[in-house]
Amino acid sequence: MSTTENHIVDNGVNVEALLGAREAMTGAPEAAKFKWAATCEWVAGTHSRTTVEKFFGIGAEQSHRQPYVVDTDHPEIFASADNGATPPEMMLIGLAGCLTAGIASVATHRGIQLHSVNATVEADMDLQGILGIDADVRNGFGGITVRYEIDAEATKPEIEAVVAQSQKRSAVFDIVTNPTNVTVEVV
Amino acid sequence: MQATTVVIIGAGQAGLAMSRCLTERSIDYVLLERGVTAHSWRTERWDSLRLLTPNWLSRLPGWTYRGDDPDGYMSASEVVRYLDDYRQLFAAPLQTDTTVESVTSTTTGFVVDTNQGPWDCRSVVVATGACSTPKIPAFSGELSGRISQLAPIHYRNPDRIEEGRVLVVGASASGAQIADELARAGRDVTLAVGEHVRLPRLYRGRDIHWWMDAVGQLDERYDEMDDIVRARRLPSLQLVGSPEKRTLDLNALAGSGVGLVGRLVGVSNGKAQLSGSLANVCAAADLKQARLLDLIDEYATRNLADADLDAPHRPKPTSVKSPPTVLELEAFTTVIWATGFRPEYPWLGNHLLDRKGAIRHDGGVMEEPGLYLLGMPFTRRRKSSFLDGVGPDARFLSAHLARFLDQQAKRPHAAVNR
Repeated sequence: MSTTENHIVDNGVNVEALLGAREAMTGAPEAAKFKWAATCEWVAGTHSRTTVEKFFGIGAEQSHRQPYVVDTDHPEIFASADNGATPPEMMLIGLAGCLTAGIASVATHRGIQLHSVNATVEADMDLQGILGIDADVRNGFGGITVRYEIDAEATKPEIEAVVAQSQKRSAVFDIVTNPTNVTVEVV
Repeated sequence: MQATTVVIIGAGQAGLAMSRCLTERSIDYVLLERGVTAHSWRTERWDSLRLLTPNWLSRLPGWTYRGDDPDGYMSASEVVRYLDDYRQLFAAPLQTDTTVESVTSTTTGFVVDTNQGPWDCRSVVVATGACSTPKIPAFSGELSGRISQLAPIHYRNPDRIEEGRVLVVGASASGAQIADELARAGRDVTLAVGEHVRLPRLYRGRDIHWWMDAVGQLDERYDEMDDIVRARRLPSLQLVGSPEKRTLDLNALAGSGVGLVGRLVGVSNGKAQLSGSLANVCAAADLKQARLLDLIDEYATRNLADADLDAPHRPKPTSVKSPPTVLELEAFTTVIWATGFRPEYPWLGNHLLDRKGAIRHDGGVMEEPGLYLLGMPFTRRRKSSFLDGVGPDARFLSAHLARFLDQQAKRPHAAVNR
C-alpha cells in the first residue's frame, strides 16, 4: 500500500462519499436500515419480468434514477422461450456485480489504480435436485467458483488482499454463503 | 451344513409375522436374530419410549392385544413382551446371537453364512427392519471433539446427557420426543426442524391413527402412489404415545421452552448453518395436516353420527418467529442426530441393491426369485412398517413364497438343469 500512497487514483469510485456515509451512519444507525424491493410479474411460461425502482434508506423512500426491468426465463433446451437469463444466473450476476463493485471500492480506498477487472463465474448444479429425481441432491448450486483477472498498479498479494476484503464486505457473498430466513406468503 | 426351506433374517415384528405365516403353511424355516427376539426394542430404545400407535392397532397374524388398555400406547418393554408371547404361541424356531455375514445364490437356492455357521435354504426373507443404522450427515465429522454426539438408538434419558445445551437435529417422532423430554427435565434445548409430518394426537375425540385407519390412508398401496420413492422416504409422524394422549407439535415444543430453528444444512468454522426455510416447512406441514383433517371431516359426515364426535376443532397454525440462521456450536455440549436411518446390507450382493444401497423390490418381492423383503416403510402399504401393518404383507408375501417353492419343485430336475 505504501508504494501507491502518493498516487492520485481514479477508479470512478467516490470513496470520500462512502466514508462520509459510514461516519454519518455510525452516529445514526437508523439511517443504515435499508429495505430493498422488487416487483415481479409473470409474463408467460417460465418468463417473468421483475422491476426494481423504489427502495428505503436513510430514513426515507428513495428511488433509482429510473426503473430497471429484468427479464428472466429458461433456455430452449428446457422447452422455454429463452427471453432472459435464468434466475440462478441472476444470482451469479448479483455475486459478480457485488464483488467487482467491492474490488473497485477497496482498491480506491487503498490507493490502487485499476486498469481492468474481469471475472468469470461458474456454478455447478445437479438437476436431479429441482426435478425431484433424488431427494439427497440439493436444488441450489453445488458450488460457485469466481476467477478474477485484474490488471492494477499493485503487487499480486496486494490485489489478492483487495479481493479478499471485497468478499468480506460483500452483501451478495454473504447472501449466498450464509442462510437467510425467507417468508413467502399468498395474499 | 444345516438346511431348511426358508431363512428369515431378523426376529422382530416382521420376522415373527412371516414365521407365523410359514408355520400355518407348514413350510420349514429358521429365524436368525443378531441378538434375541425384538432385539432393538430391548437395547436401542430410550426409557420413556412408547409406540406411536394405540394398543388395539397391533394386530399380527393370529395375535392381538389382550391387555386392559386398548387405547393406550405400549412401552418398549411391553412391546418386547408382546412379541415374545407371540413367538412362544407357535414356538417359532429361533437361532439367537446370529449375525448374517453373506447371502449367496447356489444352484438349488441360497447359502446364508453366519457367525454361527452356514444355512442352506431355498428362500430368504429379509426382515431386519428400517431402524438399525442411523443416517448422520457427513458434516457431523466437523464438530469439535468436545461435543458429545449420539443418535436416538443410543439415547436413554435426560440424566445420561451431560450438563449444558443440547442441539437436537430432526423434528420427526424421535427428535421431537427427545427434545420434549430434555426440555421438561429443565435442559436448554434447540431443535433443528426440516420437513416433518404434523398430526394431532386426538381429533374429534379419537386417536389420529383410528382416523387414518378408518379413512383408508394406512391401507394405501405402494403401486397406487404417484411417487413411491418419496412416500417411502417420508419421515416418521411427529407424534408421541403418552398416557395423557397429548399432542406433540412444534407449538407444544416451543411452549416447553424448546428453541426452534431451521434445518441444519452445514457446519462451518464451528458454526451450525441453519436453513432459512423454517417458515416454509412449517406452513407445508400445517397445510398437509389440514388436508388430512378435511378428509377425516368428510369421512365423518358420510359415515358417523355427529353426536359421537367432538366438534371439528382445528390446531393453531405453527407459530414461527424469526429464528437465528447461525448457531455457535461452542455453546452446546451435546448434539443428538435424530436424522433417520439408512439402509445397510453389506451381506447382500450389490446387484440386489439400488445406488443408494437400499434393496430393490416390487412390493417386497426382490428381483432374484426366492428373495423377499418385509417390514420396511411402505413395502406394500403405508402401514407396512407399523406393528399393525406388517401382518397383511407377511400374508401376501408368504403366499407368493409358497407359490415360488411349488413352481420350483414342479420343474423336473430343476436343480440339475440350472
